[in-house]
Amino acid sequence: MTVFGYPLPAILGQLMLGLVNGSFYALLSLGLAVIFGLLRVVNFAHGAFYMLGAFAAYVGLTSFGISYWWLLLLAPLAVGVLGLIMERLLLQHIYRLDPLYGLLLTFGVALIAEGVMRDRFGSSGNSFPVPEALQGAFNLGFMVLPIYRAWVILASLVVCFGTWFVIERTRLGATLRAGTENVRLVQAFGINVPMMVMLTYGAGVALAAFAGVLAAPVIQVAPLMGSSIVIVVFAVVVIGGMGSIFGAIVSGLTLGMIEGLTKVVYPEASNIVVFIIMAVVLIWRPAGLFGRE
Amino acid sequence: MTMRATFVFYAAALFLAVAAPYLGLYPVFGMQLMCFAIFACAFNLILGFSKMLSFGHAAYFGSAAYLTGWLITAHGVGPGLAILAGILLGVVLGAVIGAIAIRREGIYFAMITLALAQVVYFVCVEAPFTGGENGIQGIARESLFGVIPIQSDLVFYYLVLALLVAVMLFIARVVHSPYGQVLKAIRENEPRAISLGYRVERYKLTAFILSAGMSALAGSLKALSLGFATLTDVEQGTSGQVILMTLLGGAGTFFGPVVGAGVVVTLQQYLSDRVGAWVSVIIGVIFVICVMAFRRGVVGEVRAFFGKRSAARSTAP
Repeated sequence: MTVFGYPLPAILGQLMLGLVNGSFYALLSLGLAVIFGLLRVVNFAHGAFYMLGAFAAYVGLTSFGISYWWLLLLAPLAVGVLGLIMERLLLQHIYRLDPLYGLLLTFGVALIAEGVMRDRFGSSGNSFPVPEALQGAFNLGFMVLPIYRAWVILASLVVCFGTWFVIERTRLGATLRAGTENVRLVQAFGINVPMMVMLTYGAGVALAAFAGVLAAPVIQVAPLMGSSIVIVVFAVVVIGGMGSIFGAIVSGLTLGMIEGLTKVVYPEASNIVVFIIMAVVLIWRPAGLFGRE
Repeated sequence: MTMRATFVFYAAALFLAVAAPYLGLYPVFGMQLMCFAIFACAFNLILGFSKMLSFGHAAYFGSAAYLTGWLITAHGVGPGLAILAGILLGVVLGAVIGAIAIRREGIYFAMITLALAQVVYFVCVEAPFTGGENGIQGIARESLFGVIPIQSDLVFYYLVLALLVAVMLFIARVVHSPYGQVLKAIRENEPRAISLGYRVERYKLTAFILSAGMSALAGSLKALSLGFATLTDVEQGTSGQVILMTLLGGAGTFFGPVVGAGVVVTLQQYLSDRVGAWVSVIIGVIFVICVMAFRRGVVGEVRAFFGKRSAARSTAP
């Protein structure tokens, strides 16, 4: 069976892989958008926290024998605490400055994290086994679907939707959204804004680490795994419009699938297709697809 | 600092640079340092004087290095023409990327330049003539225009020095021109500049293209100095380094980027064999320190210190 001359199983297989990558893009750009919304900081260290999440899982499994399911919870918590410390030590002092300084600061932090991990673990990748319960594959008749891949997509969709729900539909989320509009007014209502900001950063970082744990069994866990994905995620965020939670999720998943399809049609361009789309979107709608000026 | 002190300082610095090879400076290291100084000065034109943070300047630097290297090794083109071709490539890339990126400002601008530079990077990875992981090796220097014997490291050192001085003078000329004043006005208050009737996009794009062209010059010279062009030259890390050089030396000062390039290149040269991956940690720490406590950079701090002193002296009874 072929579609436009390309074998259907190849297309479906790449779409599937694209959706898996798209899940990571969605989780990462979601965290980036949440952090940017409240802190006005573009978290360049987001890729590094994703990497640290994967390493936390790797170390947790190999050195402490913690099960995958616990790691899914513990690794984001541990990395999230690291985020909290970083917010207290560094980020909170630069909120009054030009947002460019936030980008530079977090870039420096990313370099530090990558350097330390490279020193500890070397540059090459480490493999993380797929947990037993998720090994094997479903045979759908028209394609074979590895169970772990399906799990990644399901888990990230649930977490993305959950985050969206918390922010858009709960009282806590309403306070957060109010904070993105007018911090002083929120403070006047007696809400501990610095605490809220700190926890938001921690939560965004934890989301990145969660993506890292999910990714650990499907990619090689390596110190530089975050530095390339963070650039793609930046492009995703520019395409979606930075302020939009929904935009971040939808564009993350969509761009992942487009990237997958490009691998079938013109593999050489699969690395750059997201950036090309970003350029086109900028020319056509500078504020991004879901953004407002 | 007074005019005279500034003049004396620059004269001393120039004298030192001219004498350096005879005082024990290894010329190849000197060239490498000055290539990065040109790169940082070019970068400073947009970061320091018009507050555009490009996170992808390695694209112009690296692609020019590749083009120069390729023209020389594969086609036997002379060094002069190969450098000019590199600059032209930088200008064209700068025009295309700049035109897209200036549609947004601030952090968006930074992210867009980063993403588009990544396109250039991947093109360099995939293109057949860049030599993949190995890069282009063995870029030999023939005499420039058939007369200047730049095969000699010492002669080439002085050529690069002359070009560095030319770039600095050019940037000073640009910044002090009416055009540069408008650029500063845009930096300070863009909406106001728009309301005064300036076509802000055009000013910013011009600055961006100038900066890209000079970065390309730096890249071409670097390929000729060291004799190779590799993926490191187009990588995100190099874009980060030039930001650090400018920031550390002092963005918006004339001499700052040179100081920053000197510090960063020297650090890397001496640390990379000794501490391995810790170079990246040290660079990261300097970044953090620069942002947290040292935003004016070395030259900016020195200037502020002398400014305060002379202000104190003039107000003293």
